[in-house]
Amino acid sequence: MKNNELETKNELQEKSLFDKTVGRRSFLQYAGAGAAGIALVAAGCKKDRGYENPVMNGGVTLDFKDDFGVLNYAYALEQLEAAFYIKVASAPASDFTPVQKSYFTDVQFHEIAHREFFKKALSTAAIPSLEVDFSSIDFTKAASVLAAAKTFEDLGVAAYNGAGRLLVSGDFLLIAGKIVSVEARHASWVRDQITPGSFSDLASLSAFGADSTNALDGALTPDKVLPLAKPFIKTAISVINLKTQN
Amino acid sequence: MNILNILEEIEKVDGEIYERLNPRRKAMQDFYNIGKKISLAALPLAMGSLFQKAYGQTPTSTVTDVLNFALGLEYLEWNFYNHALVATPSLVPDTNGAKTAITLIRDHERAHVNLLKSVLNITTPTDPASDGTKYADYQFEAVLADVFTNYQSFLKVGVALEDTGVRAYKGQAGILSQGGDLSKNAVLKTALQIHAVEARHAAHLRAMAAASLGVNLKPWIAYAANGNDTGIGLVDGNYAGEQNTTQAGVDITSLFTAANGSPVLTGAAAQTAAAECFDEALDGVSVKKLANAFIKSSSGKQFT
Repeated sequence: MKNNELETKNELQEKSLFDKTVGRRSFLQYAGAGAAGIALVAAGCKKDRGYENPVMNGGVTLDFKDDFGVLNYAYALEQLEAAFYIKVASAPASDFTPVQKSYFTDVQFHEIAHREFFKKALSTAAIPSLEVDFSSIDFTKAASVLAAAKTFEDLGVAAYNGAGRLLVSGDFLLIAGKIVSVEARHASWVRDQITPGSFSDLASLSAFGADSTNALDGALTPDKVLPLAKPFIKTAISVINLKTQN
Repeated sequence: MNILNILEEIEKVDGEIYERLNPRRKAMQDFYNIGKKISLAALPLAMGSLFQKAYGQTPTSTVTDVLNFALGLEYLEWNFYNHALVATPSLVPDTNGAKTAITLIRDHERAHVNLLKSVLNITTPTDPASDGTKYADYQFEAVLADVFTNYQSFLKVGVALEDTGVRAYKGQAGILSQGGDLSKNAVLKTALQIHAVEARHAAHLRAMAAASLGVNLKPWIAYAANGNDTGIGLVDGNYAGEQNTTQAGVDITSLFTAANGSPVLTGAAAQTAAAECFDEALDGVSVKKLANAFIKSSSGKQFT
């Protein structure tokens, strides 16, 4: 019953937003006003999004028919990264250098910020919390943590690079761009911790879509990224309405 | 599907089809090179875009402008590193991987130059020493007099160049996205891939500068009141705005709370984390102004 009430309210909001007295220009200004705008538009779209009971069969569906699917995809990956670094920073490997210990704490807060930003921006359109699986990582050993961090960061860079083209909104693309370069900075630093000078070893990233001849970083579409992230995520994630890129 | 058959069919009704395509032959190559393999399913879409280009139905000048802008920046970066390595070979020490790293970065910038030239159909000259720009066009010493005689000065300029390059690409992404139209925005993916490589360079150069200068410079850009966390006053303009802690209306400093089930951060620590976790874009006008300081006005190569 409550749902019906909410949806009626949403329809009213939607109606007034698109009412001819509210011009396109002012709608764009409103939508561009930030998270409030994103949340409101998300609410307006909620009815057909299918996120009301997203974990009904134990899984999450990412619907790429619009930007919210792309943002939820980013939210899923940031959830994974944040959960990983919270674990790293809360019980640092005994053989971390002091700088590694300090920087992993930094990275932890960066990823928490990314996760919480998407959660807040997506509001009611956000997918639920994912269950992670880090059983393959030995958090007591720096080498094991660094190897996992390298995978997460390099994959994160490839994911954002491969999803940017899907975004219709320039505002969302800008946000993605602001995040991906920070992920690339993380990747660069983590790689140098493992092998000094490997910060931009693009030949080693060919499986992630990098092109060392043209000095291009990784780029993978969501259908390629999610299987690579799957070993670390218990929650089943399915993808629908993903457009083919040339 | 055979593209040649299709072109032949068009030739029957439009005798000038090859001429129309020819001046923009690169537009065709782009589909084979940049996007690498076009899947069969996507081919009709790509071909539609190809013919749009040939017949000039879609104005692409803004995308071309962005690519030319990017090429100019990549030339600037390549000349900077190449001059340091070739003209002043003792500047970058051959210890702790410094020379190897600068050489790798130099080579990446060269690869970006070559790629952008190919996309823009700039085919001649091919000699790196005279392919549309030359070192004599630049004036790095005008910005920092000892940039090629003092390794630390060289690193300072390198850090600012890379961090600014990251900001510049970010600032142009919106133009390349074409509203998410996948038939038109393949170049956005390429630009994002370059953007991330520049960010990797920036992080590594910041670590090199931190080690050489003995300062606490993180791989990511920390909070500073004016955005510039490097302590190099000369490059304040390159970092203006990096102190931002609000994204799309969300106050990032407010996200580190116990309510989120995560470690808590408040005050100055929350402020620096919030500034670090999002890099900021820089608009084209500002980037061009900063870059022009390195380019002699007499060269005619300054950005307009």
